[in-house]
Amino acid sequence: MRAKHTILIGKAVKRAARLRGSGTALPGLVVEKLDPGFVGAQLAKLPRGVVVISGTNGKTTTTKIVSELLASAGLKVFTNKTGSNFVRGIAAAILDEVGPGGHLPHDIAVLELDEAHAVQFVKRAPVTHLLLLNVMRDQLDRFGEIDYTAHLLEEVAAHASQTVVLNRNDPRISAIASSVRPSVQVHYFGADQSMQHIFVNDDKLYQSESEMPMPPKDMAPADVELVRFDGRDATFRMGGHDYTADLQLEGVYNFLNAAGALALCTSVLGEQASDEQLVKALGHVTPAFGRGETLRIGDTDLELVLVKNPAGFRLALASFGSKDTSVMIAINDRYADGRDMSWLWDVDFSSLSAGGVDDVTGIRAYDMALRLKYDNVPVAHIEPDLKAALELFLKSPGAKKRIFCTYTAMLELRRLLRKYTKLELMA
Amino acid sequence: MSTNINAKTLRILQLYPNEMNIYGDRGNVLTLERRSEWHGFTPEIVYHHPGKPFPSDADIVVGGGGQDSGQEKVQDDLLAIGHALHELADVGVPMVMVCGLYQLFGNFFKTSEGTVINGIGIFDAETHGSPSRVIGNIVISSDFGDVIGFENHSGKTFLGRGVKPFGIVKKGAGNNGEDGTEGARYKNVYGTYLHGSLLPKNPVFADELIKQAALRKFGEFTPAQLDDSLACQARKVAASRPR
Repeated sequence: MRAKHTILIGKAVKRAARLRGSGTALPGLVVEKLDPGFVGAQLAKLPRGVVVISGTNGKTTTTKIVSELLASAGLKVFTNKTGSNFVRGIAAAILDEVGPGGHLPHDIAVLELDEAHAVQFVKRAPVTHLLLLNVMRDQLDRFGEIDYTAHLLEEVAAHASQTVVLNRNDPRISAIASSVRPSVQVHYFGADQSMQHIFVNDDKLYQSESEMPMPPKDMAPADVELVRFDGRDATFRMGGHDYTADLQLEGVYNFLNAAGALALCTSVLGEQASDEQLVKALGHVTPAFGRGETLRIGDTDLELVLVKNPAGFRLALASFGSKDTSVMIAINDRYADGRDMSWLWDVDFSSLSAGGVDDVTGIRAYDMALRLKYDNVPVAHIEPDLKAALELFLKSPGAKKRIFCTYTAMLELRRLLRKYTKLELMA
Repeated sequence: MSTNINAKTLRILQLYPNEMNIYGDRGNVLTLERRSEWHGFTPEIVYHHPGKPFPSDADIVVGGGGQDSGQEKVQDDLLAIGHALHELADVGVPMVMVCGLYQLFGNFFKTSEGTVINGIGIFDAETHGSPSRVIGNIVISSDFGDVIGFENHSGKTFLGRGVKPFGIVKKGAGNNGEDGTEGARYKNVYGTYLHGSLLPKNPVFADELIKQAALRKFGEFTPAQLDDSLACQARKVAASRPR
C-alpha cells in the first residue's frame, strides 16, 4: 500500500513540475522524503537483478550498450536513460515506468551511477552485478583525490552479491577484486598488450618523462579482450574465439568499454545468448546522448562530444579525426561541470593548432581561450554566450562540425539545437 | 637545439612531477616556459625525481600538490635535498610551491590521526590535517595585485610570528579560514594553496618569478610588452564566480 501512495504522490508532483517547466529532480526528492525504502523495494522485485555501472569515463555509453545487448537477448530492461546518475534521478525514472500494479514490469535494471552516489545507492538497493570501468582524476573539487575515488568503488564492490567485472588494465580497478565478498564471481575485461600506449591508466598519463613504470606484473586473464581495432571495426576475444564488430560508436575508449559490456552481459545471460549474437548486437548500438552523437543540420554534420576531465578530453582529441572539421569548445564551471578550471591545464591541445578553433564559448570561455593561447592554437571567436556562439558556429562554412563541451553546456546546447533539428530532450 | 651563445637560458626545475602534480600544476611550468620565451629567454625544463641527484643550478623551482600516497613517496627525498633547497632559497632563487609542497616547505604537517610528517622548514609554518575540506574560488590581494585561483585542501596552515603570507584573503578561506592569510613567502620563495592553475591567470606574478630569475642570472630584465588581455578577461570572470 505504501508503495502505491508514494507512486501516486510522486507522479502528481512530476505532472505539476512538468507544467511549470522545471526539471526532473523534484519528484525524486519527494519520493526520497516520503518513502526512503521505495527505490530499494522496487528494484529488489526484479527477477534478474540489478546491474550497476560506474567509473570515471564511459558510464553512459556503457550503460546504453549493456541495456541494448540485454534487450537484444529478450530481457526487459529498466535503465536511467537520462544519464541522471544520482539516486534521486533513479527514483524519478522508476516513477515514470512503474506499472498499474505498483511495480516495475521489467526483468532487470541497468543503472549508471556516479562514484560518490553509488556508495549511497548500494546501501539502499540490492546490487547483483557490478561493472567498474576506470579511475581517472576527475572533478577533484568533488572527490578530493583519485585514491579516494578508488576507495569509494571498493565500498561499492563489497555490496555486490553475484558478479563484479573489472578493467584489468587499470591497476586501481583490478585491485578491487580483493574487496568483493567470497561468494562473488570476478571477471575481467581489458585490452591487448599492444594497445597499452592508448589505454594509459591515470598514473602513466601523468608521467612527464619517458621513465615509464614496469608494466603490471600479473595481469589476470581477461574474459573479454579487445585485441585490435581498425577505424570502427573492433575485434574481441571471448572464449578463445575472435569476433569482429563494425561499431557505430566512436572513440577508442568506447571500444574498451564495449569489452566490459560484453563481459558483463555474458555473466548475466549465461547460455541465453551466444558470444556471436552479443557482438553482432554491439554493432547496432548508436552513441549515447552527447557522447559523439551526430546531428544533421541542413547540410552539416554536427557532433557533440562531452568532456569532463583530462583523460576524457585527451582521448576525445585523439579519437576524433580533425581533418576538415570546424571545432567549437564550450566550457562551463557549474557543479556538474567541475568548478575548478585547473583541469584544462592537464590536457594537451596542440593537436588543434593546425586546424585552429572556430569558437570558444561558455561561462569560462576566456579561461579556455587562455589555455589555447599557451598551446599556440589560433582561436577565431570568443563568445561566452552559448546561444550567440552556436548561431555563429552553425552559420560558418564547413560540412563537418564538432563541439567539445562540458556537461551543463551540453544540456543547454541540446536545448538550443532543438530548433534546428529533432532531438531527444534529455533533461 | 640552439647553439647561439647569446641564448639566455633559464632553467626551470619541477620537483616530483610524477607524484606531486595532482591538478593543473603543469600549467605553472607551461606558463613559465612560454612567458620566458616571449620575454626573449630560452627556457629549459628539468625534473627532479625521488632518489635522483638534485640538479643544483636551477633558476626557477616549481612544485605542486599530490595525494597523500604521493606525498609519502617524496617526504624522505625532500628531507634529503632540503639543504640544497635552503641554499637556493637563501640566495634569492624564485620558487613557487603549491598545496602539498607548500605544506612540506613548512616545518611539519600533522595528520588528523596525529602522525607528524617533517617538512624542510623554509617557511616557519605548520599545517594540521582537518576533517573538513575547503573548496572554492578564491581571490587574495598581494604585492602583485589580486591573485585569483581555486583552493581545495583539508590542511590548515598557520604561519609563525613574523612570517609574510603570500597574500590576504579577499574572498575564500586561505591558509586556515581564521586569520585571513593565504600562503607564505620567504625571500623569493612563495607557497600557496591556489590552483586554477595559478600562474596562467596571474601573469604579473608569473613575470615576477621570471624577473627575479633573470636579475640573478643576467643582472637585468627587460620585459617584452605582452598582450595579457585574455588573462585579464579570464580574471574578471573568475573573480565574479560564486564561491
